[in-house]
Amino acid sequence: MNAKKPVSKIAPSIGLKVQPESDKWILRLYVAGQTNKSLTAFENLKRICEERLKNKYTIEVIDLLVNPKLGREHQIFALPTLVRKLPVPVRRIIGDLSNTERVLIGLDLKPHK
Amino acid sequence: MTLTKSQPKRRLLPKSLTGIQGLDEITSGGLPKERPTLICGNAGCGKTLLAMEFLVRGATIYNEPGVFIAFEETEQELSENVASLGFDLENLIKEKKLFIDHIHLELSEIEETGEYDLEGLFIRLNHAIDSIGAKRVVIDTIESIFAGLPNPSILRAELRRLFRWLKDKKVTAIITGERGDSTLTRQGLEEYVSDCVIILDHRVTEQTSTRRMRIVKYRGTLHGTNEYPFLIDENGISVLPITSLGLTHGVTSERISSGIKELDSMLGGKGYFRGSSVLVSGTAGTGKSSLAAHFVSATCKREERALYFSLEESPAQIIRNMNSIGIDLEPLLKKEKLLFHAMRPTFTGLEMHLATMLKIIKEFQPSAVIVDPLNSFISADNSVEIKSLAMRLIDYLKLQHITAFFTTLTSGGASLEHTDVFISSLIDTWLLLRDIELGGERNRGLYVLKSRGMAHSNQIREFLLTDNGIILQDVYVGMEGVLTGSARVAQEAKDSSDMLMHKQLVEQKKLLLERKRKNLKAQIASLQAEFEADEAESLKLIGIEETRIANIAKDRKVMATSRKSKK
Repeated sequence: MNAKKPVSKIAPSIGLKVQPESDKWILRLYVAGQTNKSLTAFENLKRICEERLKNKYTIEVIDLLVNPKLGREHQIFALPTLVRKLPVPVRRIIGDLSNTERVLIGLDLKPHK
Repeated sequence: MTLTKSQPKRRLLPKSLTGIQGLDEITSGGLPKERPTLICGNAGCGKTLLAMEFLVRGATIYNEPGVFIAFEETEQELSENVASLGFDLENLIKEKKLFIDHIHLELSEIEETGEYDLEGLFIRLNHAIDSIGAKRVVIDTIESIFAGLPNPSILRAELRRLFRWLKDKKVTAIITGERGDSTLTRQGLEEYVSDCVIILDHRVTEQTSTRRMRIVKYRGTLHGTNEYPFLIDENGISVLPITSLGLTHGVTSERISSGIKELDSMLGGKGYFRGSSVLVSGTAGTGKSSLAAHFVSATCKREERALYFSLEESPAQIIRNMNSIGIDLEPLLKKEKLLFHAMRPTFTGLEMHLATMLKIIKEFQPSAVIVDPLNSFISADNSVEIKSLAMRLIDYLKLQHITAFFTTLTSGGASLEHTDVFISSLIDTWLLLRDIELGGERNRGLYVLKSRGMAHSNQIREFLLTDNGIILQDVYVGMEGVLTGSARVAQEAKDSSDMLMHKQLVEQKKLLLERKRKNLKAQIASLQAEFEADEAESLKLIGIEETRIANIAKDRKVMATSRKSKK
């Protein structure tokens, strides 16, 4: 399945500027230290991005233990949380991203059933 | 969860004062220090407010900064909601005494993709606590996470961890929860919080609402187990313990005048006891308020203050009406010896009334308080609440040596000794006013039904309202029963005419007797005379007959003598 389709489908429908398909994906992964869960989540994310968004994504990992203030500022509650900053709209996914199907739905890389 | 887990020789739990009026009293010292307390209740029962007041009081009175984790309201909303209670959250936040963190959760925005935990919450909480050195934490309402996040089993495990974490963090925490159908909270939070659970409740009866609070459990300490009414006013929450005052009030044997000389003399000659409770009950229009006004004016004459709670009439109306019986309350008002507080009973709930009354009493410092009439609070089936209201009011007044003067209206059909408020046992001196309907007239009678600790009259007095105030008069008590008014006057007239008649009757009898005696004497005299006449007659005849007998004998002798000579 092509990743471009859902993006171009979503963007016009919410009246935003149509994003060219080459646009960057910015993904933020919030974790708390190097726990099993955060490592698993990072690996899962990396794998999915490599498969689906090769060469057009950036992953920022934010460790709340290092910067606890951001928990409040960014409204992070459960960990790990993945936030899709770009393309808009912002999407949130929680968990260790081991359920690829749901991650794809959450990132709008695959339409809801 | 067992409440009765015995822990002998355990020292009392250290407690943390909440600073909320009355709550510290019923928990004997506040919430368990450095432990979480669960507060549950339905929507709108004041959970958030109680939790917020706990933090605000902590920050302002006990110098314990607090963290508020809000799931339902934003910082802005919270701030606005409690501003009416005089809490300036913005300032407290600026002074680093309060930290509010709003956690926004929206299930529809969240996709769950595998294992997760609530470490984010812990980090935020930890950060918040450390940033202001918080000693108190409120989490309102943690159960929202069940609506906001999937996978309840993870959440439950995380909650367990949270409560443990709070204990380890050594903060005194309040967790709020929504009431569930069969459990205290919807998600069974009571399983995790084992030290102290408080239920808030909000009931509406007869269109007035009362909030109540109950401590369901409080491990390792004594606590009141009743339902305590509480209210929310412009000073925050006040819990009103019903019986926590106990029966320990001191007494005085000082007597104070009732304002009516004759009534004083009925009460052992000296009037009421200071600090006692006086009840005047009676049917409509028997002069209850007039008695109250006399007492007010007597109180003010002693240079003391009187506080008059009027529940049916406006102050102006009372002043006008009392003027008609020669009591001028206006100058007393001006001299601030008297304060009227008029309120409609239905305006707020009973508890609010009680709180308002106590507040005014505290401010005005009167030595006498009048509630006229007490039973206008009654609506339908709230007699238990009324009793508790009266009890708490009387307890409070007795503690302050304030004389309480209540009036109650007895409804027509009911027995006179029955008060609708069932407070008779709380009353020291009970005056009963009653109509005496007789001969097309309605008159007022007064008697002392009881008066603890003094010799008192057992007489019914007729109660007259005159231009110069109340006059008590001895009523007519006789064969015809108790008579009053013109019937009394008539009866008295009738009595005196009866008396006259009797006197005349006696005179008549006496005269008759005399006449009889005279008759008798006359008869005796005439009989005597008759007898005497008869006697004289008889003697005369006897004399004649005897002479005749003697003559015959003499003749015979002569004849015999003459015959012998011839032979």
